[in-house]
Amino acid sequence: MTVAINTKKMTLVQAVTDGLRTMLEEDERVLLLGEDVGVNGGVFRATDGLCEAFGEERVIDTPLAESGIVGTSIGLAMNGFIPIVEIQFLGFIYPAFNQIMTHATRIRARTKGRFTVPMVIRAPYGAGVRAPEIHSDSAEALFTHMPGIKVVVPSNPYDAKGLLIASIEDPDPVLFLEPMKIYRAGKGEVPEGKYTVEIGKGNRLKEGEDVSIFAWGAMVKVAMDAAEKMEEKGVSCDVIDLRTLYPLDKDIIAETVQKTGRAVIVHEAPLSGGVGSDIVSLINDTSFLYMRAPIERVAGFDTPMPFFNLEDDYIPDSTRVQKAIEKAVSF
Amino acid sequence: MNTSIESQFPTYQIIDGEGNMVNDDYKSEITEELARKFYEKMIFARLFDRKGVNLQRQGRIGTYVPFEGQEAAQIGSALALEDGDWMFPTYRDHGATSAFGHSLKNIFLYWRGFIEGCVPPEGKNIFPPAVPIASQILHATGTAWADKKKGNDRVSLVYFGDGATSEGDFHEGLNFASVFNVPAIFFNQNNGFAISLPINKQMKSKTIAQKALAYDIPGVRVDGNDIFAVYFETKKAVDRARNGEGPSLIEALTWRYGAHTTTDDPTKYRDQHESHERREKYDPMTRLEKFMQKQGYWDEEWAEEVQKDASRRLDEAVEEMEKVEKSDEAVMFDYVFGTDVWPVEEQKQAFFADRSER
Ligand SMILES: Cc1ncc(C[n+]2csc(CCOP(=O)(O)OP(=O)(O)O)c2C)c(N)n1
Ligand SMILES: [Mg+2]
Repeated sequence: MTVAINTKKMTLVQAVTDGLRTMLEEDERVLLLGEDVGVNGGVFRATDGLCEAFGEERVIDTPLAESGIVGTSIGLAMNGFIPIVEIQFLGFIYPAFNQIMTHATRIRARTKGRFTVPMVIRAPYGAGVRAPEIHSDSAEALFTHMPGIKVVVPSNPYDAKGLLIASIEDPDPVLFLEPMKIYRAGKGEVPEGKYTVEIGKGNRLKEGEDVSIFAWGAMVKVAMDAAEKMEEKGVSCDVIDLRTLYPLDKDIIAETVQKTGRAVIVHEAPLSGGVGSDIVSLINDTSFLYMRAPIERVAGFDTPMPFFNLEDDYIPDSTRVQKAIEKAVSF
Repeated sequence: MNTSIESQFPTYQIIDGEGNMVNDDYKSEITEELARKFYEKMIFARLFDRKGVNLQRQGRIGTYVPFEGQEAAQIGSALALEDGDWMFPTYRDHGATSAFGHSLKNIFLYWRGFIEGCVPPEGKNIFPPAVPIASQILHATGTAWADKKKGNDRVSLVYFGDGATSEGDFHEGLNFASVFNVPAIFFNQNNGFAISLPINKQMKSKTIAQKALAYDIPGVRVDGNDIFAVYFETKKAVDRARNGEGPSLIEALTWRYGAHTTTDDPTKYRDQHESHERREKYDPMTRLEKFMQKQGYWDEEWAEEVQKDASRRLDEAVEEMEKVEKSDEAVMFDYVFGTDVWPVEEQKQAFFADRSER
């Protein structure tokens, strides 16, 4: 990790913009493409000012077609560019599913490395902002299951910029998920210029002895809140922000549960087939004999993301996480 | 001979901006009664839309999608349908769905974050508003195909925007409809923008109507702010479909005056001056009013009554909507499958157990 000296306070979405700007300046091959990313600066303003600064040849308003955006970006990537694609909301990525699943993820493998796809797909995701239907899906597990693409989710401004730059420099496709709920939920110190946060590494946010809590994206705040409440009741929690969902940080997962012997996994996406299942498997593979209680998962339900009047009922909250922690420690 | 695309697809108009009838094509059918019916439905749609924007501003509903300026396109096309026909709206087409008999309370509930907003009254074939752009176009082809297979004379009409024509689903929908010769009407509202993207950046084609050529189906361009042009052209397409003569594409040229949604700021990407100017020159309501005045159909007292009645119905619907505080949480679980599956059942039980402990 290179350390820049000056820092600025910014929100997560501003840190994304800053990362994009840094890489547009740094590398001529970098292009931004997507719906409304140019003149409008993105519906969340993530690309605000970039079209003015770098011109329409590099910050490109595309026609309205996700398969078109991702498919043509595969060609751009194979032929010398580094496309950073914005999908307006993760819930609208599905038309591009075919291009990601059958091409972006396997061109390196199919050509034994002769052609590669260094591309980043950015998408705001998750619930909690009273958005209309389909806008709030947490569909990360559809992509962690796809061989050939990395999946990254920052939970704070510093990580957002550092992970984004690492994703842009990664030689392969990366899905970069931006939790909408915390786009503007407070500011953090972000270094100026270029730095990276390594893909595949989790981050310990809180040191504890009794139980390990795993979360990512907007759920990190919920996990931290639950950990603090439980601390008051004398339960000490080790909180891990996983940051990368594929490949998972196996070392930090093994290390923390071997210390605590208990685990609670929190995610917003539906329970079945969620990334939580992969974490349970890794704990099983690495640390079975260390475990003192069954692993708890606090997740969304196996239902479509409900309309927003019910979204608070769907999204895991601190109370549910606290109950899971209690269950784990009192087993 | 002029062979430019625009000359092959001229914009069809019956009433011009000044309210003059520019051709006699439907002269005998354009009656006072029809004009009054159009006015009633259009003023209702306009007041509905303003109510929606205000409710959002007051925090009584969530994000709302306004359609002011597009009333003639929506009402003219919706009124060309009959009961039992299928309607596939986007998120911007509550003018059309309310004119076709959707429940006002439910339409408002949609924007208040309730799934009930997707549920049409019994007997009305209105699909939930399609949010993923262009996806609904295929469904209309499918329901039309089913009616053809069943030997019914019902037709399916689908709304979509200019931006939607870039998605694969648009082309697949038209091609299937053409290949299987189904009774579908593809009704495009070309409002010039897909959020911030102006149409000249969306496509190099001069018109949307011309896309019909590729599928060898009829394609027409109409002045989407002229309710008579919209109504009679749509009716023609509906009649063709009902008679087994297959699908059509209609491009209605229109404009949204306001923002894309209440979370959008149009000044970021367009000069709102143009919207003001279009309102002055081409507004669908003003045009109808002028036409009615010129024909001697206009009656100020009647118009006031119509507006009062519309406002009263809207207020009632809003009151009904606001009585709904929250959905029963079971709704989340109960309609995922037609027969219970254990993961959903278990999660439902766990959910209510958790709630009862709080
Ligand atoms: C598949 C998909 N991609 C992106 C979006 C986000 N989005 C919502 S509306 C819109 C523009 C649609 O423009 P148009 O088809 O012209 O319809 P209009 O909104 O003008 O009525 C976009 C990009 C979406 N809803 N679905
Ligand atoms: Mg449009």
